[in-house]
Amino acid sequence: MQSSLRSSLSRLVVAPTFLLVLVFVYGFILWTAYVSFTGSKMLPSYEWVGIDSYVRLWQYERWHVAITNLFIFGSLFIAICLALGCLLAVMLDQKIRIEGTLRTIYLYPMALSFIVTGTAWKWLLNPGTGVQAFVRDLGFPEFTFDWLINEQFAVYTLVIAAVWQSSGFVMALFLAALRGVDQEIIKAAYLDGASLPRIYWGIVIPSIRPVFLSAIVILAHLAVKSFDLVVALTGGGPGFASDLPANFMYEMAFRRNQINIGAASAMMMLCTVMAIIVPYLYSELRGAKRG
Amino acid sequence: MLTTSRRGVRAVALSTVFMGGLAAFAAAAQPQAEVLHYWTSGGEAKAAAALKADFEANGGKWTDNAVAGGAGDAAMTVLRSRVLSGDPPAAAQIKGPNIQDWAKQGALGNLNKVAAAENWDKVLPPQITSIMKYNGNYVAAPVNIHRIDWFWANPAVLAKVGATAAPKTWDEFNALADKLKAAGITPLAHGGQAWQDATIFETVVMGLNGAAFFKKAFVDLDDATLRSADMNKVFDQMRKIRGFVDKDFPGREWNAATQMVMNGTAAMQIMGDWAKGEFLAAGKVPGKDFLCTPVPTQGGYLMNVDSFAMFNVKGDDKLAGQLLLAKLIVGEKFQETFNVYKGSIPARLGVSMDKFDSCATKSAEDLKSSIAAGTLMPSMAHEMATSGAVRGAILDVITQHFNSSMTSADAAKKLADGVKLAK
Repeated sequence: MQSSLRSSLSRLVVAPTFLLVLVFVYGFILWTAYVSFTGSKMLPSYEWVGIDSYVRLWQYERWHVAITNLFIFGSLFIAICLALGCLLAVMLDQKIRIEGTLRTIYLYPMALSFIVTGTAWKWLLNPGTGVQAFVRDLGFPEFTFDWLINEQFAVYTLVIAAVWQSSGFVMALFLAALRGVDQEIIKAAYLDGASLPRIYWGIVIPSIRPVFLSAIVILAHLAVKSFDLVVALTGGGPGFASDLPANFMYEMAFRRNQINIGAASAMMMLCTVMAIIVPYLYSELRGAKRG
Repeated sequence: MLTTSRRGVRAVALSTVFMGGLAAFAAAAQPQAEVLHYWTSGGEAKAAAALKADFEANGGKWTDNAVAGGAGDAAMTVLRSRVLSGDPPAAAQIKGPNIQDWAKQGALGNLNKVAAAENWDKVLPPQITSIMKYNGNYVAAPVNIHRIDWFWANPAVLAKVGATAAPKTWDEFNALADKLKAAGITPLAHGGQAWQDATIFETVVMGLNGAAFFKKAFVDLDDATLRSADMNKVFDQMRKIRGFVDKDFPGREWNAATQMVMNGTAAMQIMGDWAKGEFLAAGKVPGKDFLCTPVPTQGGYLMNVDSFAMFNVKGDDKLAGQLLLAKLIVGEKFQETFNVYKGSIPARLGVSMDKFDSCATKSAEDLKSSIAAGTLMPSMAHEMATSGAVRGAILDVITQHFNSSMTSADAAKKLADGVKLAK
């Protein structure tokens, strides 16, 4: 009796959240999918016109720029965050004295919003006020670091700021995993005469492989969702050279009264996220079943 | 918070007493209007408060719905959801072709009654009434006229290279800019944002090719005109101008560029007359500390007109509020006070310019002559000439060309293709 009450109570407690998620997440995903097949301009209309908006979407040069940028930004962001986070974690794992303090320092950027990060890096990277001006004042008048205002390199400034923000978080993930590695194996390797790098490379890192997967999934969806960082750091500029798909979507749906194109680009972003998440969920669920 | 709500309560209490007295002989409710706008900063907020005061002085009840952010994007999002949910505000700050778009959706009310009584057809320029009307019916009321094609120049800096006035032709501009550059002065203060690039671009279009060409290109969106050799020339001039701005321009806000003119690091800026507010706020005197000169546009005039569109609302009190608001907006008194605060000039013709500064007086004179000559054109950069989609496509090309080494021929082709895609 009591246990059935308890189980129905837990269902009752979860029900509203479940309902809200069902409507406001999955319901609106379906709604957006439908709108992307309509001719909606300023207001949503429900007249079916087929794949026209997708055809037009892929004719926009700006969309191609945004997609290319996403691949550049996403792959560099994930790769550098993983490498840097892993390296920091391994170094912090050496039983050093002020580990707690250092850990906080590296993790702290994560507590900031991307708007703050973006604004701070905008000042740092601005050639007139930031790093370039500083180094030139030190007596190197030829020093040039103008990525922020260079249309070829603006997208890399996004990588710099995003890595600064997120690598500490990746470090924390790895550090937790490293602490979970069986110390006996490491001791055994020591006795066998393995060097420290070799122990890490051959034993520790392979044994924390699942963390890599989690980190990649988290970072990948951060990359696809990135919007505020672009707004604060480059404003999509120079021109629209550093636009990401989320910025394109906002521009079309909310500034240019092209709701159908905005919805189509949102669906393309969803597909990108799905392409990353679905294999991950699949492998996770399969693993759970097997275990 | 507390004081506002207390004031609100007091206002309601007062109005109830007042209404009780009136109720005996007036069955009609107090006119009321909810006004959605995005005038939230400095002089703009003051200007909006002037309208509110005027409305309340005439017995209306004003519900303020100011939505800040994104140059009106946020306000438009609010408006969209309000209209979709069937509860639109009485009036919303919308301008240009967007008025037509809303009217097409059947969302706008009808102001013919007040327009006829107040003789709007006579007191407003025809180029503006055509924007305010849909199918011959008035659906919106204009508030002001901002002129876009202004040079804001620092005379002390110009004097360093022996110039006494801003250039009268684009050739003169290029020669002067070369001289300034040789003297180590940034000729043109500019912020690298798409709309600012487009602001310069449209003045160059007018300057090199005239108003008729401008109309064909940006109002009629004529494909051949957009691809023409004359359009190539405009992009050539833009490439030259790119050489006249400093290196750190990307992303700079327009008012930071105005600061550069003010403190003498740059000689000139091309910007609408809201830039005047920055000079005045710093205590500068027009004609002495800064010069306002029309950009060479072959006698043209590019206008940006703010307006309030009136939505379909139910209830006599709300309808009465709308008509009262429309009447006041176009009324002489409001057009004067509001525009002195805002830095623009009245949309209504024949308002006394005594209280305005010399820049505004010049603007009003040029407005008259450009109306007569048929060279008064709606600004493309400020969303007066085309829909948001087409404007966006045009801005994409302008800003991409300005920020890369694209050739003029490529740019003109992309311009025409982009417009076709977005139409």
